Amino acid sequence: MATEAVRGSLRGAGLSRGYRVRRLLWQLFLYFSLTVGAALMLLPFAWMLSTSLKTLPEAMRIPPIWIPKVPHWENYVLAWNAAPFGRYFFNSFLIAITTTVGEVITCIFAAYAFAKMNFFGKNLLFNLLLGTLMIPGEMLLVPNYVTIKRLGWYNTYWALIIPWVVSVFGIFLLRQFFRTIPDELWDAARIDGCSRFRFIWQIVVPLARPGIATVALYKFVGSWNAFLWPLIMTDKVELRTVPVGLRYFMSDMGTEYPLLMAAATLAIVPVLILFLFTQRQYIQGVARTGLK
Amino acid sequence: MFAKLGRYKYKQWFWGYLFVLPVMAGFFLFMVYPMISGIMLSLYKWPGIGPKEWIGFGNYLRMFHDVHFLRAVGNTVYYTIGILILGVPLALFWAILLNQKFLKGRNFFRLIYFLPTVTMMAAVSMVWRWLLSPNYGLVNYFLGLVGLPKVNWLLDPKWAMPGLILMSIWKGTGFNMVIFLAGLQGIPKTYYEAAEIDGATAWHKFRYITLPLLSPTTFFVVITTMINSFQIFQQAYILTEGGPREATTTIVFYIYKNAFEWFKMGYSCAQSVFLLLVLVIATLIQWRIQRRWVHYA
Repeated sequence: MATEAVRGSLRGAGLSRGYRVRRLLWQLFLYFSLTVGAALMLLPFAWMLSTSLKTLPEAMRIPPIWIPKVPHWENYVLAWNAAPFGRYFFNSFLIAITTTVGEVITCIFAAYAFAKMNFFGKNLLFNLLLGTLMIPGEMLLVPNYVTIKRLGWYNTYWALIIPWVVSVFGIFLLRQFFRTIPDELWDAARIDGCSRFRFIWQIVVPLARPGIATVALYKFVGSWNAFLWPLIMTDKVELRTVPVGLRYFMSDMGTEYPLLMAAATLAIVPVLILFLFTQRQYIQGVARTGLK
Repeated sequence: MFAKLGRYKYKQWFWGYLFVLPVMAGFFLFMVYPMISGIMLSLYKWPGIGPKEWIGFGNYLRMFHDVHFLRAVGNTVYYTIGILILGVPLALFWAILLNQKFLKGRNFFRLIYFLPTVTMMAAVSMVWRWLLSPNYGLVNYFLGLVGLPKVNWLLDPKWAMPGLILMSIWKGTGFNMVIFLAGLQGIPKTYYEAAEIDGATAWHKFRYITLPLLSPTTFFVVITTMINSFQIFQQAYILTEGGPREATTTIVFYIYKNAFEWFKMGYSCAQSVFLLLVLVIATLIQWRIQRRWVHYA
C-alpha cells in the first residue's frame, strides 16, 4: 500500500500529464494491434470449426453465420467414414512414433560420439553433416525415389520410416547439450567399471533430457505433417498418411466443405494437443535456433 | 603403460565409429549418394525405366529455352520476394510489439501467433481454399464489408499467387516472429535507458539501437526465409495445382511434374541442380553483402 502511494506521488510529480496520455495511447495501440493480429491468426481455425458443424447450404450463406443453429457433429462421423481415415491415422501415428524413437536413439549415440569421443576423421564427418543442412530435400527426390525402388521399399513402411531416422539437425542440437557434460564424469564412471552404453543411458540421457525432448517433439510434428515424401514413395491407399489421404479426400469431395473442414480439424488435432502441452519448450527451441 | 593407452585409444575409435555408423550410413545413402547421382542423372535423358541416354548438358540448355520452366522460376521469385517484403517486416513488427515492457499476456499472444506454424499444411491449404473461395469465402466477404470488389483469388492468374502469399504469411510469420523476439530480448536494456536519458525518440531508438543490434537475427531470418520460400511446393500443389494458367507453377512443383507425372527424370534432376545452385549463389551473395548492414556486437 505504502509503496503504491509513493509510486503514485512520484508519478504525479515526475511525469508530465502529456507523457502519461501518450503512454496510455501507446498501450491502447499495442493491445489493439496485438488483439487484431491474434484474431486474424485464429480466424481460419474458427472458420474451419464453424464450417465443419454446418450443412452445405448453411456453409454457403452470405453473410456468413458463425454458429449454426444445430451443430452437425455427425459431419465428423460422415467424413471419417467417407475415406479410410482410420487407416490414415494409424499409418501417420505408426510412422511418426517409429521415426521419432529411431531418430532419438541414433542421434543420441552419434551426438555423443561427436561431442565426447575421439576418433580419426571425426571433424571431417561432422562438417560434412553440417554442410548438407541447407541442401533442399527436393533436390534429392528423384535419386532417392530410384534408391527406394531399387531397395524394393517402394510402397512399404520402410520407405516412410528408415530414411527419416537420421537427422542432422537432431545431432547438431544434442551435441550442443552433450558438450556441457564434464569429461570427469566419464572418467569416474570408467574407473568404476561402467560401460559406455550404461554411461550414456544412466548419465548422459537424463542430463540432456530437455534437448532430447525438443528433438523428439520436432520430429513428431514434422513427420505428422510431412507430405511430399509419402506422396511420392507410395501409391497404395493402405499406405497413405493423413496429409496425403487428405489431399485425395479433397479431390473426391469437391466442394463438400463441411466434410472437408471436419476432416481438416481431425487431421490437425493430434499435433495441436501435443503442441499446447509442450508449447513453451517448442517455442524456446525455435528461438534458440536463431541465436547461435 | 603406453601400450595400454594405445589400446584405449583404438577402443575409443571403435566405439566412436560404431556410434556414428547408423547415422553416417543413412546420411550417405540418402544425402550424399543421391546428390552425386542426381548430378549424374541430370546429364542423361531417362524416362525412369529402361536405358539412359547420355545427352551431356542438353537438359541444362533445354531448361533455359523452356518457357514453362522460366515461368516457374519467375513465379518462385515473385513468391519469395512477396514473403520477404511482406512477411518478414510483419514478423518484426509483431515481435517489437510483443517485446514492450508493459505488455501483459506476452506468452499468450506468442502462442496464438505461433499456432499456424505447427499445423499441417495439407489441412491448412484446404481451409484456405475455402476462405479464398470467390463466392462463399470469408476473405471476399470481409473485402466486401470494407467496400472493396470481390477477387477471384485462386481462379484468376493475377490473384492466385497473392493468395498463396497471403496464406503462407499467415502460416509462417509466427516462426520468424519468435526468432525476432529472441533477438530483441538479447539487446541489453541499458542501451535504451542511456538513449532515453539523452532524450532519444522512439524512432531514434528503433533506428539506431534496435535495427543495428538486431541485424544478425534479421540476417538469419532473411536467409532461412529465402531458402524455404524457394522450395515452395505444397501450397501450389494443394491450393491451385500450379494453375490457373501456370500462375502458381513453382520450381519444385515443376520438378515434381517432370519427374513423377511426365517421367522426365533427367530433366527434372537438372532443374534440381539448378535450384541448388541458385540457393547457394543467393546465400553467398547475402554473406558478401552482410558486412554492409550486419553488425555483430
